[in-house]
Amino acid sequence: MPEFLQFLFSGLTVGAVYAMVALGFTLIYNASDVVNFAQGEFVMIGGMVTAFLGYAGVPLPLAALLAIAVAIVVGLLLHALAIEPARGASAVTLIIITIGASIFLRGAAQVIFDKQAHKIPAFSGDAPITFMGAAILPQSLWVLGGAVVTFVAIFLFMDRTLLGKAVLATASNRLAAQLVGINTRTVMALSFGASAAIGALAGILITPITLTSYDAGILLALKGFAAAMLGGMGNPLGAVLGGILLGLFEQFSAGYVSSSYKDAVAFITILLVLFVMPSGLLGRRAVERV
Amino acid sequence: MSLLVAENLGIAFGGVKAVDGVSFCAEAGQVLSIIGPNGAGKTTLFNLVSGVYKAREGRIVLNGRDVTGLPPHRLAALGLSRSFQNLQVFTRMTARENVMVGRHLRERRSVIADLLRLPSSERQNRATRAAADDLLRFVRLDGAADTPAGALPYGALKRLEIARALASEPKVLLLDEPAAGCNAVETEEIDRLIREVADQGVAVVLVEHDMKLVMKISDRILVLDRGRPLAEGPPQEVRRNPAVIEAYLGPGHAREAAHA
Amino acid sequence: MRSFSSSRLATLLILAAAIAALPLIFPSGYYFRVAALVWISALAAIGLNVLMGQAGQVSLGHAGFFGIGAYAVAIGPTHLGIPPWASLLLGAVLAGGLAYLVGRPVLRLRGHYLAIATLGLGVLVSIVLTNESRWTGGPDGMPVPRLILFGWRVSGAETWYWVTGGALLVGTWIALNLTDTPTGRALRALHDSEVAARVAGVDVARYKLAAFVIAAVYASLAGSLLALMNGFITPDQAGFLHSVEFVTMVVVGGLGSVAGAIVGAVVLVTLPQLLTAFQDYQHLMLGLLIMLFMIFLREGIVPSLRALWRLRAAGAAA
Repeated sequence: MPEFLQFLFSGLTVGAVYAMVALGFTLIYNASDVVNFAQGEFVMIGGMVTAFLGYAGVPLPLAALLAIAVAIVVGLLLHALAIEPARGASAVTLIIITIGASIFLRGAAQVIFDKQAHKIPAFSGDAPITFMGAAILPQSLWVLGGAVVTFVAIFLFMDRTLLGKAVLATASNRLAAQLVGINTRTVMALSFGASAAIGALAGILITPITLTSYDAGILLALKGFAAAMLGGMGNPLGAVLGGILLGLFEQFSAGYVSSSYKDAVAFITILLVLFVMPSGLLGRRAVERV
Repeated sequence: MSLLVAENLGIAFGGVKAVDGVSFCAEAGQVLSIIGPNGAGKTTLFNLVSGVYKAREGRIVLNGRDVTGLPPHRLAALGLSRSFQNLQVFTRMTARENVMVGRHLRERRSVIADLLRLPSSERQNRATRAAADDLLRFVRLDGAADTPAGALPYGALKRLEIARALASEPKVLLLDEPAAGCNAVETEEIDRLIREVADQGVAVVLVEHDMKLVMKISDRILVLDRGRPLAEGPPQEVRRNPAVIEAYLGPGHAREAAHA
Repeated sequence: MRSFSSSRLATLLILAAAIAALPLIFPSGYYFRVAALVWISALAAIGLNVLMGQAGQVSLGHAGFFGIGAYAVAIGPTHLGIPPWASLLLGAVLAGGLAYLVGRPVLRLRGHYLAIATLGLGVLVSIVLTNESRWTGGPDGMPVPRLILFGWRVSGAETWYWVTGGALLVGTWIALNLTDTPTGRALRALHDSEVAARVAGVDVARYKLAAFVIAAVYASLAGSLLALMNGFITPDQAGFLHSVEFVTMVVVGGLGSVAGAIVGAVVLVTLPQLLTAFQDYQHLMLGLLIMLFMIFLREGIVPSLRALWRLRAAGAAA
């Protein structure tokens, strides 16, 4: 039982990070049809900038805020300089552009920072809390709490604010949204900024547990993409669900089966699910109109 | 025996019955037209019959064989072919290549022979090309054979779709608004094409809005309204049917239209 | 149609001439090696172009099949006593067989779902290659025994230049063959309109699968050649980034064009070689160049050049 609880908690922690990455994917995808493979780099930026500002003596909360600001700027620049000029390009072309951006950001991080792994001190110390026999890191609670606050904020924003409704309208039909006077370009920029902020926050929260380095983003992006697709592309709730499920599967299989194939779990899961449900768990089946 | 029999077909999207209890028979050498106001379910009916959608209810019999639920390429192999209302041409291929794809089922196909460009593959290519050129002549597009389909005008594309549909030598041909958007000359041309195809013994099922064309060319007419059959019979009978006139023009227009 | 076959012949002749003439201007063995790398990547890109350019189906896991071919010639002779040439064929059969098995469910998916499924497939292959270290040497890779054909030991940059150049010529010839045949037309048709292709009688699932298997076999053969030439292989060759490189080659060169796939391979293989001078800035520059290519030449190099050429010709005629 303590073992089960242990895996459950670590699964939820990792899953919360995947869910945040997947939510970032979904926000950008809904606003622009772009699958942003540079999503993982936002996570890396969040962790790296916080760590380096911390080394320079900046207090942790301020460093974290600055890191999120940096990520937002990078997200907005990515949209303005790489995505906007390629408007109307095919899906594959856009995917390659974001992969190019991901390689570029990784290269930049390698030059600006270094190739080492870096750590941020845990927010509330490293002493594990014992809960029914399972040892839980206080930082895990920070990750879970941060993720829940993010999800609630995003869903409230979509549901309660005019701008949020504009985002939803853009997601469901871009042309119609333009026709009713929504500035879809602003919505796209907003979604890139928001995704970057969510990604960076995820990076700041998880780095005390997993460490980070210039190339930490790539695997996160792949798993986040898998999580978003698992839930059903374009569905924010599906993204969160997909992320948490992947995190749980991964930790339980690492715990009970073998940890050497931990990274494979996400991809085996997505393949098996898609074979049975070609549009993901919560995805809509489109009717072909001819 | 009818070449194509549809019995009680039905399908719903999001709780709305797009097609509900529709039956019809198509006979060799005859033209059956399906008409009805916009949203009557005509194109959906075509999608059901050609296997693009799977029918929730009903049965389709093609040439004496129950084909309900078969995918489009299997139906094509059994002799059913169609055109599309909103044009589904292969835009990056030339007009000739479009029709050559239509010959697919009549080709001897081997991926290996094609990869190695064996003589059999070359022979097949020549035969397909000759057949495609004949069809292009038939629809008067022989001058545009090497033009990419994406660069052809609308009226030409309509005829190209007919040529491609005919290339498989179908027994049953479904044409979805072949004259939509065409001018009077082009419509005349399509009228002639349909008649010639029917005279060769093909069962033609036609969805069309151009009433002049429909009345002139059809052997029988089926009228749909909101997914349900409203009337069926020879053109003269259908055009006098008060229910049909009302569905088309709204109540009160019955007499006016009967004189038209 | 006649113009098509003449442009086919032109592609083949230009390629043959380039392969024959380049050594005349190569100052050192290093150039033979880089050129051989280009031919190998081009071979994989041409195969991927059958899937992406002709059939219109994206694969973000192509390096997985490349890795299968590469490790086949490493594991076969080392652990199983199978001669290298037979291992090369076995790798192709394995890659094609895997593509055939998983192809049907994978290729039912569309758009981004297809992208993640192929991506997952490729990543899984690379994870297996990394983890099964008893067979594969793990993340550090393993040595590959030399290829011996009829008593001839194939080694040296110049020899491999000719071997890979020859393989590329044959691969190009086969890919060019396909375009104007019943199979090629079926693939291009389903790319433009799947529903119209189905109605015309094309068994769409079967033809997508054929394209997937062809692409996998090309990649596997290319992977085997690379492993045999280098004499060493690491799991990176099967990784996601390598898959991305292949996709980028096809798109940068020009989707659907065999010549484009070769040009894309030239660009993507030589660029990093040129960028090694920038050392730490290599990734940064590579990412930047990929973005610039895709933003400003989104139709790809070869189609853009062709359009320019036509514009010039039209201008001259007027």
